[in-house]
Amino acid sequence: MRGTEALAVTADGAVFRGRSVGAEGIAVGEVVFNTAMAGYQEIFSDPSYAGQVVVMTASHIGNYGVATGDDQADKPWAKGVIVRSLSRRESNWRSEGTLADYLRAHGLVALSDVDTRRLTRHIRDHGAQPIAMGSGVDEAELRDAAATAPHMTGLDLATAVSTPEPYVVDATGERRGTVVALDLGMKRDIARNLAAQGYTVHVVPASTAAADILLRRPDGVFLSNGPGDPEPLHQPIETIRGLLGQVPIFGICLGHQVLGLALGATTYKLPFGHHGGNHPVLRLADGRVEITSQNHGFAVDPWALADGSAPDVPTDGLPGPDLLPATMTSEFGAVTPSHQNLNDGTLEGLRCLDIPAFSVQYHPEAAPGPRDALGLFDDFVTLMEDADATA
Amino acid sequence: MPRRDDIHSILLIGSGPIVIGQACEFDYSGTQAAKVLRKEGYRVVLVNSNPATIMTDPEFADATYIEPITAEVIERIIDKERPDACLPTLGGQTALNVTTELAKAGVFERYDVELIGAGLDAIDKAEDRGRFKETMEEAGLATPRATYARSMTEAMHAARDIGYPVMIRPSFILGGGGTGVAHDETEFIAKARYGLDYSPVGEILVEESVLGWKEYELEVMRDRAGNGVIVCSIENLDAMGVHTGDSITVAPVQTLSDREYQEMRDEAIKCLQVIGVETGGSNVQFAVDPATGRRLVIEMNPRVSRSSALASKATGFPIAKIAALLAVGYTLPEIANDITGKTPASFEPALDYVVVKAPRFDFAKFPSASNVLGTSMQSVGEAMAIGRTFPEAFQKALRSLETGRAGFNADAGESTYGDIPDAQLLERIAIPTPSRVFLVGEALRRGMSVTEVAAASHYDPWFVDQMAEIYEVRADVEAAQLLAAAADDAVLPVLTEAKRYGFSDRQLAHLWQRTEDEIRDLRRRLGVTPTYKTVDTCAAEFEAHTPYLYSTFEDEDEVPPADRPRVVVLGSGPNRIGQGIEFDYCCVHAAFALGDAGYETVMVNCNPETVSTDYDTSDRLYFEPLTVEDVLAIVESEQPEAVVVQLGGQTPLNLASQLAERGVPIAGTAPASIDRAEDREQFSALCRELGIRQPPHGIATSAVQAEDIVDQIGLPVLVRPSFVLGGRAMRVVYSYEELTEYLDEMYGGVTGDGAASTGAGFDLADRPLLIDRFLEAATEVDVDAIYDGHELLVGGIMEHVEEAGIHSGDSACITPPPTLSPEAQDVILRATEDLAEALEVRGLINLQFAVKANDVFLLEANPRGSRTVPFISKAANVPLAKVAARVMMGATLAELRTEGLLPTEQRPDFVSVKEAVLPWNRFPEEDIVLGPEMRATGEVMGISDTAGVAYGKALLAAGLELPETGNVFFSLADRDKAFGLAAAQAFTMLGFKLICTSGTGRYLDHYGVPNELVPKVGEAEHDTLDLIESGQVDLVVNTPRGRRARSDGRQIRLAAQHAGIPALTTVQGALAAARSLQAGRGAVAEVRSLQDWHS
Ligand SMILES: Nc1ncnc2c1ncn2[C@@H]1O[C@H](COP(=O)(O)OP(=O)(O)O)[C@@H](O)[C@H]1O
Ligand SMILES: Nc1ncnc2c1ncn2[C@@H]1O[C@H](COP(=O)(O)OP(=O)(O)O)[C@@H](O)[C@H]1O
Ligand SMILES: [Mg+2]
Ligand SMILES: [Mg+2]
Repeated sequence: MRGTEALAVTADGAVFRGRSVGAEGIAVGEVVFNTAMAGYQEIFSDPSYAGQVVVMTASHIGNYGVATGDDQADKPWAKGVIVRSLSRRESNWRSEGTLADYLRAHGLVALSDVDTRRLTRHIRDHGAQPIAMGSGVDEAELRDAAATAPHMTGLDLATAVSTPEPYVVDATGERRGTVVALDLGMKRDIARNLAAQGYTVHVVPASTAAADILLRRPDGVFLSNGPGDPEPLHQPIETIRGLLGQVPIFGICLGHQVLGLALGATTYKLPFGHHGGNHPVLRLADGRVEITSQNHGFAVDPWALADGSAPDVPTDGLPGPDLLPATMTSEFGAVTPSHQNLNDGTLEGLRCLDIPAFSVQYHPEAAPGPRDALGLFDDFVTLMEDADATA
Repeated sequence: MPRRDDIHSILLIGSGPIVIGQACEFDYSGTQAAKVLRKEGYRVVLVNSNPATIMTDPEFADATYIEPITAEVIERIIDKERPDACLPTLGGQTALNVTTELAKAGVFERYDVELIGAGLDAIDKAEDRGRFKETMEEAGLATPRATYARSMTEAMHAARDIGYPVMIRPSFILGGGGTGVAHDETEFIAKARYGLDYSPVGEILVEESVLGWKEYELEVMRDRAGNGVIVCSIENLDAMGVHTGDSITVAPVQTLSDREYQEMRDEAIKCLQVIGVETGGSNVQFAVDPATGRRLVIEMNPRVSRSSALASKATGFPIAKIAALLAVGYTLPEIANDITGKTPASFEPALDYVVVKAPRFDFAKFPSASNVLGTSMQSVGEAMAIGRTFPEAFQKALRSLETGRAGFNADAGESTYGDIPDAQLLERIAIPTPSRVFLVGEALRRGMSVTEVAAASHYDPWFVDQMAEIYEVRADVEAAQLLAAAADDAVLPVLTEAKRYGFSDRQLAHLWQRTEDEIRDLRRRLGVTPTYKTVDTCAAEFEAHTPYLYSTFEDEDEVPPADRPRVVVLGSGPNRIGQGIEFDYCCVHAAFALGDAGYETVMVNCNPETVSTDYDTSDRLYFEPLTVEDVLAIVESEQPEAVVVQLGGQTPLNLASQLAERGVPIAGTAPASIDRAEDREQFSALCRELGIRQPPHGIATSAVQAEDIVDQIGLPVLVRPSFVLGGRAMRVVYSYEELTEYLDEMYGGVTGDGAASTGAGFDLADRPLLIDRFLEAATEVDVDAIYDGHELLVGGIMEHVEEAGIHSGDSACITPPPTLSPEAQDVILRATEDLAEALEVRGLINLQFAVKANDVFLLEANPRGSRTVPFISKAANVPLAKVAARVMMGATLAELRTEGLLPTEQRPDFVSVKEAVLPWNRFPEEDIVLGPEMRATGEVMGISDTAGVAYGKALLAAGLELPETGNVFFSLADRDKAFGLAAAQAFTMLGFKLICTSGTGRYLDHYGVPNELVPKVGEAEHDTLDLIESGQVDLVVNTPRGRRARSDGRQIRLAAQHAGIPALTTVQGALAAARSLQAGRGAVAEVRSLQDWHS
């Protein structure tokens, strides 16, 4: 795919050459790489990518075009896109147009013909960091833009991408009840999955207070995925503390992190995050492995709720279960790690033992990625129904 | 779940000889498995009849049985070794079939052997198409509509209500044999009838055809905890209707959205689960309707397959090794990913590059076969290429094939396309053939639209558009003017772009009318040189510890610094008839030996089936085409001490002098010496000097001269065009008429579709004809030896069973030589040493002689590793290839003895026989006679105390089930009668009844050998053919007279072939067969391990 010469420069000064194949202008954001080999439209439109420039490591992007049904929001949230080869022609029976047109239509700056492997290795070795990219600008300008760009840590992006007004997604199929979803940047496929379970989904802004949520008499509250650092999300955390023990809770991704914070754990930034569709996650309950879809730059440190401290990750050999505490205690009772990432041993899920609440760091709704963990939505339903029964 | 401690010894079944549809990929998988199982402390018992495999090297198993892979023989092995378990899923269809047979015979129960990997029921469910469909439907997976038929009427009914076109599948067949698609009733009748005959149970499946749908394959791993992962997804460029083995395939899939892919993924994992594959790798094939996305499951193989080897090389995920570990109880999360070292095997590789596999065909060797591709596999090898984009990988794959093409056209090979009218071009694009892909290129060059071309070819438009991009870059190249060096910079952008789109220097030289060297110099001046990237399973997310590299043209180079001196070993590229696994075997041994000697070994090869392209065979692996350009680039990056060209067969040998001229240090024998042995005049001169006799010969540059030469040296003669290698297009000519015929054929208009061009249309003047006196009734002898400059090490002398005139690769051979006189052997050894010295050989040399009485004639000398090295290494218990590699690097045989690499003790005292395996069943219309042109795909080995038993084992291993008594049909060419008498007498003594045609009969009568006459073909109602077809003959001995296409002999041999009656086409073969029968079946089935023989 031809296009005008373009440049991308990282905050630490690495320069990458390519061709501009998206919208005109400059894009600045934190650069992250995603190793998924398909599902680009779901990725670019995932609000969790707000403020980020996404490098797709797969060689060809845009091959099967775009289809409205794949959008995770009403617009792509990524700041920019960097690929090795953007397909100028798409081919798939579902396709409604080319990715290039989609990017331009939504004003996304995109670079193609970039040595994306070099860029990926750079991110791996020097960490996620701001990048500035565009065509018709000189290197120096981009270098300053990248160097002076704000880092993710400490930024509240969730509130910005959250819905300004509450709205309702109707249950599909036989109606079971109501779920309130606290929108921190929720993907459409999550709402689809909740609705498919027979729940009317009330999507409410990130700033909604616990009382207002309870007024909707939900059978359960869902904490959505979303962009950036969980720590500055004081209001949502407060809200969750007000809900814990009151109503069954299920959190995904950022929702998992804020639940962790609400329980009194801490969070930290991963060197370059988890972004892709091939991350093995161990289900500690039964030792089964789920291949998961992931997209996060921060993680929950469970040791804040446990005695002892995290052992060092082994320099060679596989990370072991000892990297996670056996149990944790919070002011809401006992908490246990439920899932572990087998690549780096980090916490992938937690479950409260005394109150109905659990969460996972990854994306059971997939979209894109493997659907091994879809069952978690059933678990949420069970949790809600049990709560009903005991109520 | 950790490793199982309740089993201690494991029987591993190999896949036997290389045949079409089952190549060295199973040596790769078996070797990986054997290695890892021993590392885990299990006792490995291995059986495989193929001596050219790494897995059958004694050090890879505790007990290695080079024995026929039959139920009877394996039961004996089980009885002797008493293994606790049997792992049948790594030896292809062969291992699976024999396992089923053993299980049904109750052998595993009797000896209390547990089947690990896949249980009998799982195998049966997957193999029996009927049960497979049921199982799929129950699990909610769609398959094509289909009905079984056991008669033509049933078949017709089925076809009618399914509607044409329909797919026909005989039950219980291997690798698509006998399958086909019928577009109308007439075609159906023919194919259904053939299918019903072909099926051992006389049953066919008539199936809805989804011709033209997109074809996909997923490689799945499953552990006993029920965890499933997709290792690799593969998309076929050729649509449904062309066997995946014959298709150009691409990894990862390119034209599926994530939704569609995830649905397919879930179905693939479900498929393994419901079929009941407990652990290991399987591949599941899907068809997808491009218009609607409707998806059908086509089949699944509950075992490691050809595609698993491809998937392993394409992703860096060692499927066979992991499958073996899973089979002994580990689960995926417990196994580390070798490449990262610190992440588990329970993940799905992420690719940041594109892999293209292209099949290699040898149709030119099988004139009876049309070159149209179908549902039954016909390719004999494959090349794989890796690039950062599809266009780059695609062009690299096409030039890796070594079919004379430099890439996706833009080379001399495209010259003929210009004459094809547009309409005809589109028609030809619609028919799948080996050359179709290049015609697609031509169509794009002519500016036909992507849509039009895609519609005609059934290639997905996305791929066609990527190809169109290649053509746009080509147009830019053609537009750019290549001026004086001063103005180089002007072409920098287009040059860079061209390289990024995979254009080879050869293509650019063609487009810019320059030499390849000029292009390379230009690139160097402008700094347009390849960068090497790592295959790391994870798209760079984690650091990789295994330098498995491919070239591309980008910013960053990942070649790690080296601390030890490096040696580059050039592999043998895609398998083809005449150059197969034997040469990969030698390259692997070189890597092992040089690694042990402290060198950092660098392997270069592009054949995904091989052990040499396993990333842990050598210290560094470059998965690259074997061309001057690609090898020079690697040499520049690695700066090796030397490059080994002697062991990879013709492929690296053809590069040797070009590399040397460009300053590359060649290990061992100098390219000049290699050329000297190849160049007829020089070589004859040398032989005269040394007093070595050659058959009288000459070189003709005109028809007239050809006849003059024949006048001088006399008929019959062996002729071959000088531009054709490896015995291609060789022919024995008995008359002047045949000579003229031959000249017309060769220098007239034959095209070598799919195979190396025979240079059709060349003129005698610049492509002369080589003429040798054909030595009749001569014994052929092969010798493999190593020379270090002081001392000659003879690996062994192999005496051929079939007479000279039958290619060494197609004839059986015996070592030590049973009938060769000591005098003749002395002459042979002296000639070998004299030549080795005169050619300044450092390393291996192979010679072929023809011996009449005590007259020894040299046929050819190749100062390089030969096809017989693996066989002779096992027969003599000397690691020839390892020793040769060290000698090439300067070690002397004496040093290697003291070092212990070269054994000093006496040779083992047993007889070894090698028998060739030919692909007749793939080319049902081909006459099965042997000749000077090699057509064998593989070989087997038989070992015993006597030649008879060893030969019997070899025949059995080669799949020739000799009858123990019954009727032998004898019909011999006059020149064979004398020798045939002995064979006839032998069979009579064994109690066989001889049935002969008049000529042969009269001859036998004359010597008092009882026989019964049968009318010649067509002379009576109950003629020979009728006799054979009605099953009244148990064995056919028929030697060819001349080459008349529709001769009686040909019809007889075809009839035997179709009726599944063993047919012997040489008298020597017949006599040896009789001798092996005398030895008795019991003796043939006796088993003894190689370790035991060698001790
Ligand atoms: N129903 C069908 N219609 C058209 N082509 C088919 C059909 N089934 C299989 N094929 C083609 O035949 C090839 C071989 O069939 P397959 O089931 O894979 O048998 P095998 O791989 O065991 O030879 C496939 O690769 C596919 O291209
Ligand atoms: N002069 C000859 N007389 C009889 N047979 C011959 C003669 N020359 C070659 N052959 C037969 O042809 C076969 C192939 O010839 P060779 O020179 O070995 O070519 P290749 O390069 O294919 O090995 C030999 O194995 C031998 O059986
Ligand atoms: Mg198949
Ligand atoms: Mg030869």
